[in-house]
Amino acid sequence: MKVYLSIILAAILTNNFVLSKFLGICPFLGVSKQTKTASGMGIAVTFVMLLSTMVTYPINKYLLEGLGLEYLQTIVFILVIAALVQLVEIALKKYMPPLYNALGIYLPLITTNCAVLGVVVLNVEEGYSFGHSVANSFGAGVGFLLAMVMFSGVRERMESSDIPEKLKGLPIALVAASLTSMSFLGFTGIVEGMLG
Amino acid sequence: MAEKKNSLFKEFSKGLIDENPVLRLVLGTCPTLATSTSVESAIGMGLAASIVLICSNIVISALRKVIPSKVRIPAYIVVIASFVTVVQMLVSAFVPTLNEQLGVYLPLIVVNCIILGRAEAFAGKNSVLASAFDGLGMGVGFTTALFCMGFIRELLGTGTITISLLNNGNPLFPAIFGENPITIFILAPGGFFVFGMMIALANHIAQKKGKKIAELHSCKACPMFENCTSPDKEVKE
Repeated sequence: MKVYLSIILAAILTNNFVLSKFLGICPFLGVSKQTKTASGMGIAVTFVMLLSTMVTYPINKYLLEGLGLEYLQTIVFILVIAALVQLVEIALKKYMPPLYNALGIYLPLITTNCAVLGVVVLNVEEGYSFGHSVANSFGAGVGFLLAMVMFSGVRERMESSDIPEKLKGLPIALVAASLTSMSFLGFTGIVEGMLG
Repeated sequence: MAEKKNSLFKEFSKGLIDENPVLRLVLGTCPTLATSTSVESAIGMGLAASIVLICSNIVISALRKVIPSKVRIPAYIVVIASFVTVVQMLVSAFVPTLNEQLGVYLPLIVVNCIILGRAEAFAGKNSVLASAFDGLGMGVGFTTALFCMGFIRELLGTGTITISLLNNGNPLFPAIFGENPITIFILAPGGFFVFGMMIALANHIAQKKGKKIAELHSCKACPMFENCTSPDKEVKE
């Protein structure tokens, strides 16, 4: 149990996907103008991360490793993720229209989101078991959601502040991201300290 | 003939300055921030992505009349992923240290928006030769931007520049801050900060030339633009 907790906490705080691993920067900068869209995107990414980890783990373990085809990982993973996202989109549209309206609109953007492929590849590289992989994906997704929501709050405040002419737009957003990520540096070592 | 040469040169040079993928189109931000901690890994990433970009541009452009437009995105992804796998195997065979430095970001070239973006915006519509030059220009532009960022971050963050092929892997010159470099620049916050400042500089130069400033993740540059249904999507031309 302790292992799961430490994997989840590490993925959320010390190894935050966006703020310390730089994965999923495009949606982090692009879809964070309002808290509502930011949280929608974050939840959709968490969902897809969990699902693609659950699907790619057996494929990798029993099909690719079983047949000695590990070098096909990159191709297989990205295709599985792309197909999965499409299927989820179709299923949500047909069976759960309210959920589709809330989250489905972000799904096409997620196919090429490096955070999803990133978490799958990292799970394989770390040699995690199925349970650990799922825990890591959950933590990564929640960390992504946390960073998105926090940053959208900062962005909303920035709309009404006085910014130097040359820094308006993207540069000041990146400076704000820099400060946000600096605050996450403060978590370094906290998980090891807490859970030994 | 001269005119043709001229237009090819234009495809090449636009990626370098006017449409620099990193500083003007704001694409491929993830690898830019993640691998610019040192000059060496920045150049390695730039070259690896450029090779994939040029090869996939050529193949996609050659196949542009065969691929049905409905399944073009998955088809592009397969082509790109194949070349990424080739590059991954070459790097781990011949430059294992680079493989270690780039880590997870090497397979993640697959989802680098520059490559899919160029496939969608250029290679799928233009001739093979023009696409090759477009890929070359974009690749050089990407590598240049990464090199600048890596240089600034490594110089401030460690006080010196170390390239394993030069000077027997020793630092190229004595550290400029003595024993106290500004380590934060090679950590995550420094990456965001340096990138922000470089965009500000690029915007400043662009404004002087009378061009638009780089937009915050401009939607038109996104490879998923046509499929996107996000409420934040910019519909205006």
